[in-house]
Amino acid sequence: MDRGLPLGCPTGVTETQTALTTVSMQFYIRSSGNISPQNTFGQVPFLAEAVVSGPGKFSCLEPDYRQYIDAKMIRRMSRIIKMGVAAAQECLKAAGLQMPDAIITGTAYGCLEDTGLFLTKMVEQQEELLTPTAFIQSTHNTVGAQIALMLQCHNYNNTFVHRGFSFESALLDAAMLLGERPASQILVGGLDEITGYSHELLSRLGLYKGAGSRGSAGLFSGQSSGTIGGEGACFFVVTGSRREGDWASVDAMTTFYKPDSMQTTCRYVDSFLDSQGLAPADIDLVITGRNGDFRGDEIYRHLLKDVLGNPCHIPYKHLCGEYPTSTAFAIWLAARILQSGSVPAAAGTGPAKTIRRVLVYNHYHNIHHSLFMLTAC
Amino acid sequence: MSAPVFIAGLGVVSAIGNNVAECLTAFQSQQAGLGSITHLNTIHSGQLPAGEVKMDNDALALKAGLPPHISRTALLSTIAAREAWQDAGLHRLRGLRTGFVSANTVGGMDKTEHFFQQFLPDHRHGRLREIIHHECGSITELTADQLGIRDYITTISTACSSSANAIAFGSRLIQFNAVDVVVAGGVDALARFTLNGFHTLMILDHQFCRPFDDNRKGLNLGEGAGYVVLVSQKVAGLLGQTMYCRLSGYANANDAYHQTASSPEGTGSFLAMRSALEMSGLEPGDIDYINLHGTGTQNNDIAEGTAIRRLFDPNYPKMSSTKSFTGHTLGASGGMEAVFSALSIRHGIIYPSLRLETPMKELPFVPQTKFLKDVPVNHVLSNSFGFGGNCTSLVFSK
Repeated sequence: MDRGLPLGCPTGVTETQTALTTVSMQFYIRSSGNISPQNTFGQVPFLAEAVVSGPGKFSCLEPDYRQYIDAKMIRRMSRIIKMGVAAAQECLKAAGLQMPDAIITGTAYGCLEDTGLFLTKMVEQQEELLTPTAFIQSTHNTVGAQIALMLQCHNYNNTFVHRGFSFESALLDAAMLLGERPASQILVGGLDEITGYSHELLSRLGLYKGAGSRGSAGLFSGQSSGTIGGEGACFFVVTGSRREGDWASVDAMTTFYKPDSMQTTCRYVDSFLDSQGLAPADIDLVITGRNGDFRGDEIYRHLLKDVLGNPCHIPYKHLCGEYPTSTAFAIWLAARILQSGSVPAAAGTGPAKTIRRVLVYNHYHNIHHSLFMLTAC
Repeated sequence: MSAPVFIAGLGVVSAIGNNVAECLTAFQSQQAGLGSITHLNTIHSGQLPAGEVKMDNDALALKAGLPPHISRTALLSTIAAREAWQDAGLHRLRGLRTGFVSANTVGGMDKTEHFFQQFLPDHRHGRLREIIHHECGSITELTADQLGIRDYITTISTACSSSANAIAFGSRLIQFNAVDVVVAGGVDALARFTLNGFHTLMILDHQFCRPFDDNRKGLNLGEGAGYVVLVSQKVAGLLGQTMYCRLSGYANANDAYHQTASSPEGTGSFLAMRSALEMSGLEPGDIDYINLHGTGTQNNDIAEGTAIRRLFDPNYPKMSSTKSFTGHTLGASGGMEAVFSALSIRHGIIYPSLRLETPMKELPFVPQTKFLKDVPVNHVLSNSFGFGGNCTSLVFSK
């Protein structure tokens, strides 16, 4: 690698499965715009109190869009487009940035509301007398495109749509662009919405705890299967050249797909730390993707005990619910914690010392696993 | 571009053939794959021609090694990706870090729209197996699992430039030494959702499309998949055979003009082509052939043509739209046209634009209308421009 970036695969993990593609390259989080089920948007205190949900789903607290989007456009846009565009605008404002060098989004489901709308009309009207608006806005790149259009931004623009890797891929794309041009400032985000149809269908598929459950407050009590549906639109400005006031540094990240056993997962996590020259004791806090599903959460329990030496750890999905791009919320949480040095009570209990290094680990249905290492700036 | 990335294998399935050899034969005989819709169940069959792959789902499933109830998108993807994989001869090498970067626009929509017919009248109805592969990424995983690829997997969806972006992203993964090999490209199966969507936009031609003709009336949709196998220099050396070509440049720009229409001056197209040429270190005059985006809509062809005039005037390379053979395959088009571009270099051939009778009066150039062979082709530019202003150009070099 002639750019002098230490990338590549750690050795020693190739016995049963091949490489773990780790990208060890430092970049900085300059700002964020986060629309989530919590009070996270705009100039607000860091999780002053936890918002709790009822059973089933955890919906975003939406801002007044009028200060971000033209009133005529607000009426035409679906929720996910409004949330995405507003989060992006707020993020740019916080960074004092008018024109990002790239716009990269990750979304597993894309624009579900418009998709469902066009699909329903098409089926009910038997392909007759259809209008184009919902179709036009149903494509997965709509949010990235709308942001470019509003900013008149002709720069790099990409959209990743790979389930539990969507945000991770977007962030890797950003990291590689920063490797090529470190001074760039890139707008990168993860977003997914819950719609009536999607919640109904994912419920039928058995993803969520039933109507008798206690919602987000009781997510981790008992030993039941299923989780709570969530959503969010969270953007970041990231850059390769650090400035005073940046929130946190992302030092490394990796993903792995369908590990064949718990041992493989453990080995991958272990080798991720190794590749950073870190021991478990170097990590002040682990943020896990526990979601209340008894079987899926076993993986976190196992890992915390056997690989990470019972570190101080907190979950995050009691704040935002489960969705494929929830790691964007987790990165936001990690960066805010590193900025403030401690864990807000609404999120959980942190260590007594000032937090300098955070590991984020999430798996999505034990198919998509992702690891991020962040440090204080 | 610092570390060179080579193309070691090709795979394609389209309206003009179920593999690379069949597509080449169709090009040589100037035989388009457009016709009445027969496999897709739609009220528009007989009215709107399309470029369907000439196999039903049972036959595709048998060829793909997947169950026949799986989305046609995954069947097409698996067939083309496997052809590319085998063509590259990668089964001979072990221990390589391999990625699969695919693209599509509507995932398993063909099954979802069938599900909705049962679901809408009664929300307890509909077979759930028809929606479990609705997500774009799920289609990618079905194919990756068939090929045994697991080191890096992702999916890109930027409308009609999706698979061109997949190829550019795959190349960067190799340049950053994150993996050694990437199978990159894309797929889309014809779906009622997209057919009706494009129909509402009134950009579908009721006859066979005529890209870059003054009397063009719109595009024909198509379906298919196209993948290239990208390898690092090290892997190219290990494989030993002659590589098809290098991916010498790529660029992504946004038109930032309108959600579905291109700017009249083709700003995004111009920026993508210019930056891709810059990366490859080439002058416009070095390009021997442009595989046009060339959809056949009023809007695309004038925008793309204007951008080409701005960049290439007065040295116009040969150019054509292979969509006049295959239809516009949306998320697959960049991948399929990358395959055709690599074949143009390998075999020294230029594809014609079919049915071009009256050249556009606004443009000083005319695309190629006859199949040419034994032409030296050293550098090919391939354009893919999509909704949302997403414009991507790729440059392939001998």
